[in-house]
Amino acid sequence: MNLLVCVSRVPDTATKIFVGPDGKTIDSKGVKYILNPYDEFALEEAIRLKEKNGGEVTALTVSADDATDILRNALAMGADSAIFIKAPAEPDSYQVAHNIANSVKDKNFDLIFFGRQSVDFDSFQIPSMVAELLNIPSVSVVSKLEVNGSKVIAERDIEGGKETVELSTPCAISAQKGLNEPRYPKLPDIMKAKKKPIEEVAFFQVDAAVEVISIALPVNKRVGKILGDSDSDINEIVRSLHEDAKVI
Amino acid sequence: MFELNFTEEQTMLREMVRDFADNELKPIASQIDENEAIPMEIIRKIGELGILGAAFPIEYGGSGFGEVGYCIIQEEIGRACLSTATFIGAHVSIGTNAIYLGGSEEIRKKYVVPLASGEKVAAFALTEERAGSDAFDLRTKAVPDGDDWIINGEKQWITNGPFADTFSVFARTPRGITAFVVEKDAPGFSSGAPEKKMGIRGSKTSSLTFDNVRVPKENMLGGEGRGFLLAMKTLDAGRLGLGAACLGACKELLELSTKYAKERKQFGEPIANFQAIQFMLAEMATLIYTSESLVYRTAVLYDKHEMLSRQSAMVKLFVSEALDKCVDYAMQIHGGMGFSREMPIERFYRDSRINRIFEGTSEIQKLVIARDIIKRNGIV
Ligand SMILES: Cc1cc2nc3c(=O)[nH]c(=O)nc-3n(C[C@H](O)[C@H](O)[C@H](O)COP(=O)(O)OP(=O)(O)OC[C@H]3O[C@@H](n4cnc5c(N)ncnc54)[C@H](O)[C@@H]3O)c2cc1C
Repeated sequence: MNLLVCVSRVPDTATKIFVGPDGKTIDSKGVKYILNPYDEFALEEAIRLKEKNGGEVTALTVSADDATDILRNALAMGADSAIFIKAPAEPDSYQVAHNIANSVKDKNFDLIFFGRQSVDFDSFQIPSMVAELLNIPSVSVVSKLEVNGSKVIAERDIEGGKETVELSTPCAISAQKGLNEPRYPKLPDIMKAKKKPIEEVAFFQVDAAVEVISIALPVNKRVGKILGDSDSDINEIVRSLHEDAKVI
Repeated sequence: MFELNFTEEQTMLREMVRDFADNELKPIASQIDENEAIPMEIIRKIGELGILGAAFPIEYGGSGFGEVGYCIIQEEIGRACLSTATFIGAHVSIGTNAIYLGGSEEIRKKYVVPLASGEKVAAFALTEERAGSDAFDLRTKAVPDGDDWIINGEKQWITNGPFADTFSVFARTPRGITAFVVEKDAPGFSSGAPEKKMGIRGSKTSSLTFDNVRVPKENMLGGEGRGFLLAMKTLDAGRLGLGAACLGACKELLELSTKYAKERKQFGEPIANFQAIQFMLAEMATLIYTSESLVYRTAVLYDKHEMLSRQSAMVKLFVSEALDKCVDYAMQIHGGMGFSREMPIERFYRDSRINRIFEGTSEIQKLVIARDIIKRNGIV
């Protein structure tokens, strides 16, 4: 089985974000970047399919920054090789999708995996765009997957329930939390990741469809406080109602 | 040029171990303490991830991360659970390491490989009733008998003793002190009940009894009469790793204390606004920065085979004492909450103290350092 997993490099969810001096980008100074958490489900699923059916897993990312660190993470988890497409500037979803489609169109992937969204810009667009550009079926927000030869059965989360769809390879899948339990990379695999190939592919020029005019931090920070049911938390609630809110 | 940068693999290693510690270990650390046991399931997972083989070369079932990698692991595990760090320390850096450093090629293949994978558990048996700080005074005896050696005697305070499979044992032989590998199934070998301890309660420690235990001569480590030297060389590595675990605990305590100081209000403002609290945080941060520099500078020397005994003694002395200062500050900053079992501070407080005692007390570390310094006319 020939499997592709498209991954993205995003700021760690615990990182404090600041807007850069141009007002349009994130100030990357001091920001810790990680492999997008939803992509870990996608990777895990692809690696499990490979372990079951044989084949190869390729990880791919399009990024304006050096993203080899997250590709090494993917390789340590079990991908066999990686493709890095370096963008000249922060690409929009349309440019990313074009670049993915362009670099993989002749590579005969049976399944192309994505995370359901990147937790940085949360556009939710790339999986469907790539599928459209490659003219293959796609299914999003998949929480259960079964692959038998060229037949694919996917269960997806919909409002208040589940939907089961059937499609055939080649196809695109975007992974939802719960699809699996992503593995920790084992130490020998971390060491082996160093020796696996990362191919650099030139950026495919296409105009952006969306231009970011400005980004801003939320103004009104929620002042809510979450407390548990421990004795000390209960004391804190009582104290807070007395002293902070002054309602009792 | 002097550099201190972690490689990409070392960073990935740290992230993996931190994820594991945050997700699987931290949530059950208080349970490990209360139940006085690390679940076998956790030990199995630690083995599967390759954590126990990190330091050893690939040909012995390890992954070649060396001492720096091992220190990264112990730092991250120490953040979450010092009982588990103690289990790992006794298993890897003294139990298995004695076999790795002293064993022949066959012995390394036979014993280090299953220990590196976590299939088997190791322990390091030096201490005896009369031989604590004065380990050289040990009385367990081994005498040759044909192609075998027969061991008689008793060890005490042996970490992992109640459940280890493979023991590095130090005994008196006609030509000095000699080390042997002993398997738990050897007839005449038995281990006592786990000691009831103040801290690191999840780590199991017991006495060992050797009643005419027969071991083949191939199981001798490092040659007859060279056992004491091997014990000291092994402890050099052990003390450094112990420092790394203490460093992790210090970092966790500073994070918890900072968070608490910013949240807890008295006199109408966060206690973090009070200079008395700020000074404690500053002291902790400085101890951590110093300890971190010390641990990794020394680990790099170890991997280059340039580390000296006094250097690992300095790490052990400084960082174990730093941890005791940090737990004390953390407790003070948390006030009554620090004393409550609802928070991990009191557990760290109890778990910390042993680090100034085992693998050589602080006083013994000072002896090691001072003797060497006097020999070198005061030149560090
Ligand atoms: C929980 C736990 C786990 C352990 N695990 C292991 C293990 O896995 N393997 C193993 O072999 N051992 C182990 N030990 C033993 C440990 O290494 C010894 O307890 C330690 O070396 C101190 O020896 P002692 O307890 O006999 O104290 P003592 O040697 O009796 O020391 C008592 C006091 O006298 C001081 N002192 C002694 N001699 C001098 C001197 N010359 N100058 C100044 N002060 C001195 C000491 O510093 C200490 O303050 C463990 C101990 C404990 C408590």
